[in-house]
Amino acid sequence: MSNETARRMAMLRDMARIRAFEREAVAAMRSGEAPGVVHPSIGQEAVAVGVCGNLRRADRITSTHRGHGHAIAKGADARAMMLELHGRAGGSCGGKGGSMHIADFAVGMLGANGVVGAGIPIACGAAQAIRLRKEEAIVACFFGDGAVNRGPFLEGMNWAALYRLPVLFVCEDNGFAAFTRNSAVTAGAGPAARAEACGVPASAVDGEDVLAVDAVAAELVARIRAGQGPQFLHARCYRWEGHTGTDAAAYRPAEEAAAARGRDCIRRLAALLEQAGVAPGEIAVVEAEAAAEMAAHRAAALAAPWPPPEAAFSDVQDTGAPA
Amino acid sequence: MTRMTFAEATRRALAEEMRRDPLVWALGEDLVQGGIFGQYKGLAEEFGPERIVSTPISESTIMGAGLGAALCGTRPVIEMRIADFTLCAMDELVSQIAKVRYMFGGQGRAALVVRMPQGMWRNSAAQHSQCLEAWLTHIPGLVVAAPGTPADAAGLLKAAIRSDDPVVLMEPKNLWTAEGEVPEEVAPIPFGVARRAAEGDAVTVVTWSAMVPVVEQGARESGIGCDVFDLRSLWPWDEAAVLASVRRTGRLLVVHEAVTVSGFGAEVVARVLEAVGPSGLRAAERLGAPRAPVPFSPPLEEAIRITPARVAEAIRRIAAT
Ligand SMILES: Cc1ncc(C[n+]2csc(CCOP(=O)(O)OP(=O)(O)O)c2C)c(N)n1
Repeated sequence: MSNETARRMAMLRDMARIRAFEREAVAAMRSGEAPGVVHPSIGQEAVAVGVCGNLRRADRITSTHRGHGHAIAKGADARAMMLELHGRAGGSCGGKGGSMHIADFAVGMLGANGVVGAGIPIACGAAQAIRLRKEEAIVACFFGDGAVNRGPFLEGMNWAALYRLPVLFVCEDNGFAAFTRNSAVTAGAGPAARAEACGVPASAVDGEDVLAVDAVAAELVARIRAGQGPQFLHARCYRWEGHTGTDAAAYRPAEEAAAARGRDCIRRLAALLEQAGVAPGEIAVVEAEAAAEMAAHRAAALAAPWPPPEAAFSDVQDTGAPA
Repeated sequence: MTRMTFAEATRRALAEEMRRDPLVWALGEDLVQGGIFGQYKGLAEEFGPERIVSTPISESTIMGAGLGAALCGTRPVIEMRIADFTLCAMDELVSQIAKVRYMFGGQGRAALVVRMPQGMWRNSAAQHSQCLEAWLTHIPGLVVAAPGTPADAAGLLKAAIRSDDPVVLMEPKNLWTAEGEVPEEVAPIPFGVARRAAEGDAVTVVTWSAMVPVVEQGARESGIGCDVFDLRSLWPWDEAAVLASVRRTGRLLVVHEAVTVSGFGAEVVARVLEAVGPSGLRAAERLGAPRAPVPFSPPLEEAIRITPARVAEAIRRIAAT
């Protein structure tokens, strides 16, 4: 297997792992085993994998409410994530955060976020710290198309450009902001034009084509590492599932989602790999392993103990902690 | 009377107000789709997209545009989705809406409603579960209401829409699907009038919002004669009713879902103490959340949740003092 094929197989594995993780997460939300809300990114895996494949462990990312894919692609511990969204001890955040607040600082994953757009200023500050500490690292900041209508988006673009910060802004444009089609609430020439207006150079990519995302991310990350300042990537994709694991997405035509499923980033890469001589059986093994891994994590989560009630009162603050 | 949910009662109340006054309109995210709790369902079909406006995710402009629209003669209902997202629009609410009438010498008024459902709901964790009413009762210029029943939610929404002052309505997220009896004709409920939910002579219990059903049950379970007040509105609040009760019982318990420290319960206890003096108050207690964010995991949420059993225990403790 050539180096290139091996690298592509790794991308396939990461995308398959994200999808398998989220299939289990959605099932767990529907069954009630995972409390609260799960926002699946199924269909969007190529963005997370294509971008994070160009990051190093020391690089940081900020993420969104739809952040499982970003975390897994950055190398977060999937078992701890699964425990977290089941609210169990041993979860990434000890059961305090849940799906919407998964973080894994050990791999530079600075946190999913329950507030749209909130990761953008945080990414700017992370980049400033990296510069101050003379670290060899950059920041990738993921957010949805809905976030570009919030003030912090404008403030963050200007800020990053002003200080020439090492940030890759990744706008995952899945067409929807919750239950509203984003074109119905967004004016003008789109996210990339807004970034450019602030002086952040922007590129667009088919976010359902992992090789395309990988190629453009490689170029943008290289520019950032070379000190050329922030870059913006507008990745077009489609949210296959509803806004949450239980949203039937009745506000959009079923054919539209069906068409998106026909552009499946995993199948597209699998087809290319087969053309390059990889046996279909090998691909099936990768997918089966991913499914088995995540099923095992889910079983482990269900068997894991709950956190002790007193954990509700820890990690609030040191001075003046609750009695 | 008809049994209906919080969501349905407020949906009807808003529709009635919109039929009555063509200058009433609503703005917020996903409103055309019915709002995230179904409290706007069907309204876009009846009133059209100029009056039920689905906005971008732009909280500061949702709030600020609401103010501009109020200054120019309409009556906006500003939907914040959940109270936590109001934090993205605090300047517009606190330094613009609450100040505009005063600062400009009474030339204009912010006759608007800000709806911000709050509290714990389905393990929503730290950023989607906060109770922030005390932040807003602290701000001169704002009326703050926190209904605990579908009928009150409907009546207070009507009063809020007709009010010439800006009114913040903090609906209990956990009760959107809870049912209650609602009159066929919902009349506006005046602010500052509590609802007496139970009568008794031993302990005065004051509460609001999502704690109303919890306190009602806890008071029953305590086996002690409780005078229970659902304040319904927090600013203004019904001091007279509470004081009259404490003058009989000499004992006061305030229960709220928000963090106890600097919560509105502190204001209630302090006012009562000022009014009746130390000799008039044999025991007073606040039952609220610990000063910790709301955790995700069910057993952790349970550890901070106020239950009827905890309310009953507090009532018995106070009664025994
Ligand atoms: C400031 C803020 N407003 C509203 C919400 C509620 N909300 C959660 S996700 C979402 C839609 C976000 O759309 P987008 O940014 O495009 O991301 P996507 O869900 O499509 O991944 C909304 C409105 C929020 N979390 N934060």
